[in-house]
Amino acid sequence: MDSTVTAEAEENVWGGGNRPLGASYGKLMMWFFLVSDALTFSGFLAAYGFTRFKFMETWPIADEVFTHVPFFHGIYPMYYVAFMTFILIMSSVTMVLAVDAGHNMKKNAVIWYMFATIIGGAIFVGSQAWEWATFIKGDYGALETKGGRILQFVKADTGERASLVDFAMVIPDERREHERKNGVWYYEEKALPSYSLNEVAAGFISNPNILIRTEVLNEKGHKTLLTREESLEKLKSATQVVEGANLIHNEYGARLFGDFFFFITGFHGFHVFTGVLINIIIFFNAIIGTYERRGHYEMVEKVGLYWHFVDLVWVFVFTFFYLV
Amino acid sequence: MAHEHKLEIFRGLLKFKSNVSKIWGVLIFLTIVTVIEVVLGIIKPAPLTGNYFLGMKLLNWIFIILTLVKAYYIAWDFMHLRDEKSSLRRAIVWTPIFLVAYLIFILLVEADYIHNVYRDGFVTWNF
Repeated sequence: MDSTVTAEAEENVWGGGNRPLGASYGKLMMWFFLVSDALTFSGFLAAYGFTRFKFMETWPIADEVFTHVPFFHGIYPMYYVAFMTFILIMSSVTMVLAVDAGHNMKKNAVIWYMFATIIGGAIFVGSQAWEWATFIKGDYGALETKGGRILQFVKADTGERASLVDFAMVIPDERREHERKNGVWYYEEKALPSYSLNEVAAGFISNPNILIRTEVLNEKGHKTLLTREESLEKLKSATQVVEGANLIHNEYGARLFGDFFFFITGFHGFHVFTGVLINIIIFFNAIIGTYERRGHYEMVEKVGLYWHFVDLVWVFVFTFFYLV
Repeated sequence: MAHEHKLEIFRGLLKFKSNVSKIWGVLIFLTIVTVIEVVLGIIKPAPLTGNYFLGMKLLNWIFIILTLVKAYYIAWDFMHLRDEKSSLRRAIVWTPIFLVAYLIFILLVEADYIHNVYRDGFVTWNF
C-alpha cells in the first residue's frame, strides 16, 4: 500500500510530495473532475430516460429523424452518426498514441499525434454542427394540433413520407410576415412557415393520396397510419404548421425530444470544443518544448484523460439517442 | 503513471507485444463492436425487437450491453485504468456506478408510474 506513510516521507505528508493512489496530484484532480462530470452527464441521460418512459408510446423513432448524410441525397439512417463515432474513437486512439510517445519522450511523435487528434476533434464538432443544422431545418414538415401533438403526412400508394411541398396548395392573399419596421410595438415575429395552415389543409383535402400519421406507436413499433376519413377528421384539430425544430416546436414529434437533443448533444459538443482548444494548447506547448524542459509529458496524459472521457460520453449518447 | 503496461486484454486471451500494438488492437475491437451495433440498428432483426426482457426489447439490451463493453475498453485501455492501482480504479468506477444505478432505478420507476397516470387517468392529454 503506497498510501501508508513511509518513515522518510513523514515530514513531507502535507507538502504535496505523497502520491496516495500512485497518481500525481494533477492526475487525481483530473479524475475527480471526470467523475463529477460523468455524474452530470448521467443526470442528463437519466432525465432523457425519464421523459422517454413517460411518453413511451409517442416518442419519435431516431432512425426516421436522423436520416441524412452530407453530400448524399436519400435516406441513410445512422450511417453518419456511426461515422462520427468512429472519428471520435479514432482521435482517441491518436491521443493514446501521443501519451505513449510522451512516455518515451519522443517529441515529434507527440506533436504529430496531437495534431491528428485535433483534426479528428474538429471533424467531429463540424459534423455535429451539420447535424444540428439539418435537425433545425427539418425535412418534411408537419402540423401541430391543439393538444401539442404532431401530425405527419404519408403518401398512401408508396407509404413514403410526404413533405408539405408535395401537396400543399398555394392560396394567394395570404398574410405577410410581421416585420419590425411595420410594428407599433417594435417587435418582429418568427419567420412564417413556407405554407400556411389553410394551404396545407386545402392541399390535403384535394389530394386523396395523402394520409396522416400520428405520433402513437403501434405494437410493431411503427407510427400509426390513419385512414383517409380519420385523417380528414384529425386535420380539423391542427392549429399550426411546423417545419424543422426549435426548443418549442419540432416536426419530429414530442417536443422534449428536440429539447433533449439540443441540450445533451450541445453539452457534449461543448465538451468536444473545449477539448479541442485544450489539445491545441498542449500541441503548441509540445512544439515549443515545454514538456521536454519539464522532463515529462504528464500534461499530455491528463488532457488525454479528458479527451477519452469525451469519447466515452459519446458512446453513451450514441446508444441512447440514436440506437435504443 | 505506472511505467509498465499490462498488455493483456480479454482476461489474458490476447496478449500484445507492445503498448502501441495493444492500442490498435483495442481500436479494432471497438470498431467491430460499433459496426455490430449499427448493423443491428439498421436491420432490426424481428426476433430481437419482438421479445422483451424486464420490459425492454432484447435489441435494446444488446445495445446497452455493447455500450458498457465499449465503455470498459475505453476506460481500461485508453484511459489506462488497467495500469492504475486497484484502489484508484475502484474509487473511480464504483462511485458513479452506484450513484447512477440508483438514479436510473428511481427515475425510470417514477416515469413508468407517470406514464400509467397519463394513459389510465381521467384527463385527456391529446385533444
